Amino acid sequence: MLELKHVSFQVDDGNRELGILDDVSFTLEDGRFFVITGPNGGGKSTLARIIMGIEKPTAGQILLNGRDVTGLDVTERARLGIGYAFQQPPRFKGLTVRRLLSLAHGSDLPEDECCAYLTNVGLCSRDYLNREVDASLSGGEVKRIEIATLMARELEVAIFDEPEAGIDLWSFAMLVQSFKNLSRGRHKSVILISHQERIMQLADEILVVADGKIRTRGSRDEVFPGLLGQFDEDCGFRGKEEAAQ
Amino acid sequence: MMDELLSGLLRSIADITDVPTVGAYNIRKDGEGISRRSTETVQIEPKTDKPGIDIRVMPFSKAEKVHIPVVITKSGVNDVVYNDFFIGEGADVEIVAGCGIHNSGCETSEHDGIHRFFIGKGAKVRYVEKHYGEGDGTGGRILNPTTIVELGENAVCEMEMVQIKGVDSTLRDTTARLEKGAKLTVFERLMTHGDQTAHSNVVIELNGTDSSAQIVSRSVAKDRSEQVFNPRAIGNTLCHAHIQCDSIIMDEAHIRSIPEIAANHCDAQIIHEAAIGRINNDQLTKLRTLGLTESEAEAVIIEGFLK
Repeated sequence: MLELKHVSFQVDDGNRELGILDDVSFTLEDGRFFVITGPNGGGKSTLARIIMGIEKPTAGQILLNGRDVTGLDVTERARLGIGYAFQQPPRFKGLTVRRLLSLAHGSDLPEDECCAYLTNVGLCSRDYLNREVDASLSGGEVKRIEIATLMARELEVAIFDEPEAGIDLWSFAMLVQSFKNLSRGRHKSVILISHQERIMQLADEILVVADGKIRTRGSRDEVFPGLLGQFDEDCGFRGKEEAAQ
Repeated sequence: MMDELLSGLLRSIADITDVPTVGAYNIRKDGEGISRRSTETVQIEPKTDKPGIDIRVMPFSKAEKVHIPVVITKSGVNDVVYNDFFIGEGADVEIVAGCGIHNSGCETSEHDGIHRFFIGKGAKVRYVEKHYGEGDGTGGRILNPTTIVELGENAVCEMEMVQIKGVDSTLRDTTARLEKGAKLTVFERLMTHGDQTAHSNVVIELNGTDSSAQIVSRSVAKDRSEQVFNPRAIGNTLCHAHIQCDSIIMDEAHIRSIPEIAANHCDAQIIHEAAIGRINNDQLTKLRTLGLTESEAEAVIIEGFLK
């Protein structure tokens, strides 16, 4: 179970303090599939990075299974079972896909297991195992490998930051299916940051974050209908003001 | 059987722990050849006028791997050796060279290997050279290799030159001349630490039509070490060359990269890329989110980078 209590995050831009997150509190129970959505720049990714420990909150507490992890660093939180798939994953010269998946898993992964994770994210696995996660891969390929690194772990909380970005429509359908399986699979709970309607339909709960605050929280059936008018033709989130025009 | 020290050095530089069971070889220890074997396809003979060996690979032969490691186990040895490789037309061979120094004394041990390759028409050579130093003495471990490669028509040569660790000072000079259709790849990997210094000069002359060369240099400089790279590609005809120098700098190290490209013909296409930078923070963070500590993450990144 993950709990955030009155979490705030401010940055100093040289002239003044900017509030990125303002008094955010919520509880994510085990077994839940949580989608966080909201307009760009509203604080969703910062929230994810704060849960992972990449950013330190300026106020508030984060608890994992009742233990205060606010003071723990990224490595310690990872070892306690928090995982984070980057929105823009870095590339590594010389590091193969297989090695990266093995590092994620915590031990050498047999070839067939590696292949299964890659197939789940729509990559033809044998072509990729020994390829390097470097500039020779496209943005979509790196993104899918990033998602596979989380699928190779057993986590208390798995956070995926806009996994659909850069992924073509055909692969997207497969990804949605993989996330469906994931919600009943390896991870106790899943947080998915997304603008996509089809991903939101997988959620047990939806949290709308805008201007650094939780604007709405509730079950999919409660929140989702209210969001419908706020999506554009590509299912992207337009934000309340834009939708009202 | 070899002693443990010798076996260990051989393992580090040539992936062998004893005399190779197949193929031609020459093992040189503390300035003297201690064991040698020729085969039907590869003849190894000591030089008569100066220290070193002549290695001749028969034309059109597909030879077994050739090992010519050099090890220095004593302090105060200054070993200069001249090795010439004559690769017959159409031959195909892999040569594993390399030098390991164990210096537990206070005097400097140095090995200067001067290797010349004469690669015949259409021959294929893969050359691997690993340099490594160890020992807890205060004496310096110095390696100054000079490599000269003459590539005949349509000859192909891949050179992998690696300095793993423990070499206090190195000056590497590599020169290659390419005839028509010849192809050269140099992959250099270097890691320096402590107060080590490493200078690497590479000169490639593309003299024959359709010749091509690729130089890829990857290095990591730690602590207070210093590295200088000066790769040069000179295109004298229709040819292609690509120089890529990529370095990771850490701690208080210094790196200079001075690639030079020159064209003396309007159909010469030569490219260089050079980059120096610290380990990318996102890479470290990504690996830490998988449960690695910062130093474990650094080691994984460096291992991959120098692979």
